[in-house]
Amino acid sequence: MRTRFATVSHWWNRQSRPVQWAYMVPVVLFLLALPVLNPPIITTEPYTDFPISLFNAAVFALIAIGLNVVIGQAGLLDLGYVGFFAIGAYTAALLSSPDSELGVRYPWLVIVPIAMVVTMISGVILGTPTLRLRGDYLAIVTLGFGEIVRLLADNVDPLRGNRGFQNIARPGGEFADGTPIFSQTDALGFYWLAVIIIVIVLLFMGNLERSRVGRAWIAVREDEDAAELSGVPTYRFKIWAFAIGAAVGGLSGTLFAAQVGYVNNQRFDVTTSILYLAAVVLGGQGNKVGVIVGAFIVSYIPDRFQFEPQYRFLVFGIALIVLMIFRPQGLLGMRQHLLTYGRQAYQKLFGARAAVAPSGLSASSRARGDLPEAVPDDHAGTSPRGGGE
Amino acid sequence: MSEPTHDSTSTSLDVPPSEEGLLESLEHMDAAERAEHDAAVSASVAPARDFAVAQGETLLAVDGLTVRFGGLTALDDVTFDVKRGEILGLIGPNGAGKTTCFNIMTGVYRPTAGDVRLEGQSLARMKRYRIIQAGVARTFQNIRLFGAMTALENVVVGTDARHRTSVPGALLRLPRHRREERDAVEKAMALLEFVGIADRAADKATALPYGYQRRLEIARALATEPKLLCLDEPAAGFSATEKDALSELILKIRDDGYTVVIVEHDMRVVLGVTDRLVVLDFGRKIADGLPDEVRRDPAVISAYLGGAVEDAPAGAGEEDA
Repeated sequence: MRTRFATVSHWWNRQSRPVQWAYMVPVVLFLLALPVLNPPIITTEPYTDFPISLFNAAVFALIAIGLNVVIGQAGLLDLGYVGFFAIGAYTAALLSSPDSELGVRYPWLVIVPIAMVVTMISGVILGTPTLRLRGDYLAIVTLGFGEIVRLLADNVDPLRGNRGFQNIARPGGEFADGTPIFSQTDALGFYWLAVIIIVIVLLFMGNLERSRVGRAWIAVREDEDAAELSGVPTYRFKIWAFAIGAAVGGLSGTLFAAQVGYVNNQRFDVTTSILYLAAVVLGGQGNKVGVIVGAFIVSYIPDRFQFEPQYRFLVFGIALIVLMIFRPQGLLGMRQHLLTYGRQAYQKLFGARAAVAPSGLSASSRARGDLPEAVPDDHAGTSPRGGGE
Repeated sequence: MSEPTHDSTSTSLDVPPSEEGLLESLEHMDAAERAEHDAAVSASVAPARDFAVAQGETLLAVDGLTVRFGGLTALDDVTFDVKRGEILGLIGPNGAGKTTCFNIMTGVYRPTAGDVRLEGQSLARMKRYRIIQAGVARTFQNIRLFGAMTALENVVVGTDARHRTSVPGALLRLPRHRREERDAVEKAMALLEFVGIADRAADKATALPYGYQRRLEIARALATEPKLLCLDEPAAGFSATEKDALSELILKIRDDGYTVVIVEHDMRVVLGVTDRLVVLDFGRKIADGLPDEVRRDPAVISAYLGGAVEDAPAGAGEEDA
């Protein structure tokens, strides 16, 4: 299994960016078409509506991508991530539900940036005092944060506790036949929206990963002291990790709230946080594609096989234990590309050595850039190493 | 960022063709090509070198430094200077306080009393990464690389100290980000070549042989464009040949305009590269001077070999190298 992954990843990394894109576009198109095709065996019907199941999986994937920044890349164990998801959902509710005391009804597209800023700020507020802690201590404090958010939702009157908020704004738009694209009953439009958002978020995450930001995160994860003593402002980048992870969590919260149209205090408990964590660990910390796979498994499998809710945790508990024994790095191991121009640099290096040392070549190709690349590298032909510009 | 001062007159450019670990492609170059290539490497490696300032002026002043951990006094009123452009050896028996001294200089510990000043600027209360940005870089006694990164990526992390890209800038790949990234990769490649491990640039740090890891740490430290490079036992675990190669590298680093402080037990390396020695014993400075003088100092001999000389005269004078 391991070797097969390695082979695929090796092959993938040898392809040029345009070729990788040529493969990616059909894959994304296929994913978009999946609920329409509704293929037998794969479909979750008749138990669960297939588009809704896929939408939930996509939201889960988005959450996992955000959590992966915090846990997989910066190595900060965050057990209260559901708090950010909740803040995103509640922000959407407060700004658009008629039940809200704010009395405003903002459209969804306005809500999204507001909710992301709000969750980002809450991430900074959580991170500023706590990111001086490390390891287990940080995990405990973040666990507390998740509980605080949930208890606020329970007990603060304007947040309406169990009664919740109805009629949360959803994006507009209609199909040609006049039915709304985004509706509570048919999740097709929301699923498409979620997939597109995931692709955009992945592009931005890729940019961050291949920059000083991604390098700082990985350096903090690998050896925080050494990072700081190499001149990396570790504290600042840890807070950025929290803030960016939180913003993605908030985004997924608004997406979820818009589709369901209803938010109350019932969905944001610790076990949900643990499920998010399970998705990241299962798929492979520090691997964007891996955590998407992990999230899909954690979200889709129970829908497909109709687990009783209590068995869900049993099954994933066992799955995680088995995984930790046989594949501690997760289904897809860690993968990172930390240099914007790394691909060119390594190619130059191995171009100079032409076909020498195949082992070195494979190492280099593993280290090269992969999908997705937002902006094509525009300096492929710069002169060989040498001073300055 | 600072435009490299294309000063190819540096004395360290004549890399012998047999130098271990050089890119194989170097062997295919003729002499002229190689000179040009080396000049380019050197210009990338040491853009911060500062020939305008006279050598010998004080770069780092350690002043009355005292560090106590509970009841243990690790450093007791230690005072010495590091002169610009020299290689200063910080030696002493085990537990003498050498690494503690490094840890103060790089902000890992805070001094109980006294101060460390880089070009007159106090480092004692500065944040660690600020100290690095101010120009003090270090390596570690126990190698501390980022294992999951490639060698090249490790070095590029070091360049971060000179990066100004903001997080939104990186997110949107703004021009400054692209320029800094391109420069960083080129500089890091040049540094890997400088320390002689460019052929393994694409390998994970953990996959490198031990000697390469030590050199990689040096490259990462140099990537921060330090004024002062602190090497903590760089020759630990090295064979005699490797030690010679390392000594050569350290001299090359000095010749490229860096100031170096080295903690090292191996006397062959110490005497081979240092311009001046400071000797610590039980947290106190017992000698300070040229290697030949220090070798003959009775207090030093007694500290190393054990002896009855109690309370040796503090310091063998304040003379310069």
